[in-house]
Amino acid sequence: MTSPRTSFAEPTRFAKAGPWIGLAVLAVALLVIAPLALSPFRLGLLAKYLCYAIAAVGIGLAWGRGGMLVLGQGMYFGLGGYAMAMHLKLADAGPNGIPDFMLLYADGQMPLWWEPFRSPLVTLAAIVLVPGLLATILGLAIFKRRIKGAYFAILSQALTAAFALLLIGQVKTTGGYNGLNNFRGFFGYSLYDPANKKMLYLIAAGVLLLSLALVAHLQRSRFGELLIATRDAEERVRFLGQDPAFPKLLAYVVAAVLAAVGGALYVPIVGIISPDDVGVVASIGLIAGVALGGRASLFGPALGAIAVGYAESTLSERFAGSWTYFQGALFIVVLLLLPGGLSSVLAKAREAAGGRRLRRVHAEAGEVAAV
Amino acid sequence: MTAELIRTDDYLEVRDLRVSFGDFVAVDGVALTLLQGQVHFLVGPNGAGKTTVIDALTGLARGQGVATFDGEDLLGRSSHAIARLGVGRTFQTATVFNDLTVLQNLDIAGLRHRRRRSLWRARHGIPDAVAEAAEAVGLSHLLDRPAGVLSHGQKQWLEIGMLLVQDARVLLLDEPVAGMSAQERDATGELLHRIGRERTIVVVEHDMEFVRRYADVVTVLHAGRVLASGSMEQIRANPEVQRVYLGDHAEGVSNA
Ligand SMILES: Nc1ncnc2c1ncn2[C@@H]1O[C@H](COP(=O)(O)OP(=O)(O)OP(=O)(O)O)[C@@H](O)[C@H]1O
Ligand SMILES: [Mg+2]
Repeated sequence: MTSPRTSFAEPTRFAKAGPWIGLAVLAVALLVIAPLALSPFRLGLLAKYLCYAIAAVGIGLAWGRGGMLVLGQGMYFGLGGYAMAMHLKLADAGPNGIPDFMLLYADGQMPLWWEPFRSPLVTLAAIVLVPGLLATILGLAIFKRRIKGAYFAILSQALTAAFALLLIGQVKTTGGYNGLNNFRGFFGYSLYDPANKKMLYLIAAGVLLLSLALVAHLQRSRFGELLIATRDAEERVRFLGQDPAFPKLLAYVVAAVLAAVGGALYVPIVGIISPDDVGVVASIGLIAGVALGGRASLFGPALGAIAVGYAESTLSERFAGSWTYFQGALFIVVLLLLPGGLSSVLAKAREAAGGRRLRRVHAEAGEVAAV
Repeated sequence: MTAELIRTDDYLEVRDLRVSFGDFVAVDGVALTLLQGQVHFLVGPNGAGKTTVIDALTGLARGQGVATFDGEDLLGRSSHAIARLGVGRTFQTATVFNDLTVLQNLDIAGLRHRRRRSLWRARHGIPDAVAEAAEAVGLSHLLDRPAGVLSHGQKQWLEIGMLLVQDARVLLLDEPVAGMSAQERDATGELLHRIGRERTIVVVEHDMEFVRRYADVVTVLHAGRVLASGSMEQIRANPEVQRVYLGDHAEGVSNA
């Protein structure tokens, strides 16, 4: 009890406040500056990237902090997206209550499981609960069985591939290869009205900021430390009396739900969801942004996803066929050459500029080690 | 067993422990009675099965036989369930969480004693149990270091400190002083005796000088069997032990 309480063991006030300052800056940029500075068209594009960014925040938690290479987040993005799209189709439907594409492909026959999505509340709940539940079941099966590393990555990617194939195969109920599109309204608001498009952008920005705040809090909590411990030495955690399956499961479920929320917002913002938006390629696109930005940092994944989304829009027009390869190559190159992403470059620069303290720490520790 | 040993309920009883890897029997009918308040040493040449005994007691290797602590059977339980019963261990190659600081490493070891709620909050200040453990293992001045930059000896201390925060009642320490300087060894030996009063401590060690100075009870393992058990004098006088150790001076050698 009488041992000295070393004051330097506590993070500095700035380090503690860092995430919240960053969040405040981002909030001003997204909520105030961007709507003033960008044309409605550009703002719409940014809204789309923000949907990727929401999913990316979850990937940062699961992969950057939890060490799980979630290569198939497109599946959860798609579950949220399709749930939302089904509701919008039903809300748009004519007097017979059947979505237009079903009149075309399915002779106006609607499967029973579409019915609950008529309700806005059920839809909103399903966007969170269906992916959350699926991730819990899959996660329990995977983590209790101690499947990890490359096996985990391959498994999550295979599931996503299967999910996309399933969607393509069910033309009559999911719109098949074309997916679901042609939405006219969003919970009663017309999607043709520019004011409502701006509102959708602001919702996406708000959700992203909330996701970041949630993950910032998780990172700082003891849970965040347990997650890092699990990432770095999973088996060692067991000897503390902790089952590492628990922190992994929680991070995985949060990532799944965030991906689904991103997917759900994507639908009214972009106006279409198709197997292409949720498949293997889309999943790699998401994770490439996270790798680029810096998977273990708070803001890196979101900013990286926005950057990759922007690059996709501008470059894919010019190099239509090769964008997919470029994306995959980016992912691999960043992982090989810059595993910490761009945010690690920033951290190094900060260290070099003002990081005398850190160097001193290492030097002292070196001396101690040499004794 | 000598008369002055006080039997409490807190003892670890191992009978007829067997561990095999395929056809190879690494531990072949080992019996141990490990009492609270004593520092037990487990010695024996490389490959004798010392680490495997600890692995079996902590759920890392599948063992057959009987191993009870506090009336609970250890064999067949998962590693985290065994840790929750109060049986803790360290590793031959110190394993700490390199990306976390010393403070975070110690703090995380106390998770199972805290309320579930505290998991969702940031730590404020330094918990008493953490401060005490850091003081006991002499790492109070290094609390904000990433554990990855510590020396090998400091990592071993950190692991012992984590077991203290964890409040383990049985400490199974696999070669904790290997690679330490003479000074560090002495500090560790003293530490083991201090914390050993209310705990059951088992130390695997090759250095016979260290064993002589700090052992209350020594058990010699050879080829998966107990060759002899007793005080250091008894062990040294044992002709079988002399035969095994003749030309088999394993000091300072460690396996992978
Ligand atoms: N996982 C394993 N698979 C197969 N054989 C193993 C395994 N683990 C240990 N062994 C073998 O069991 C025997 C006992 O090994 P153990 O590590 O317990 O020895 P030890 O007494 O700790 O030796 P050292 O002093 O070198 O650490 C050795 O022959 C070893 O090769
Ligand atoms: Mg060993």
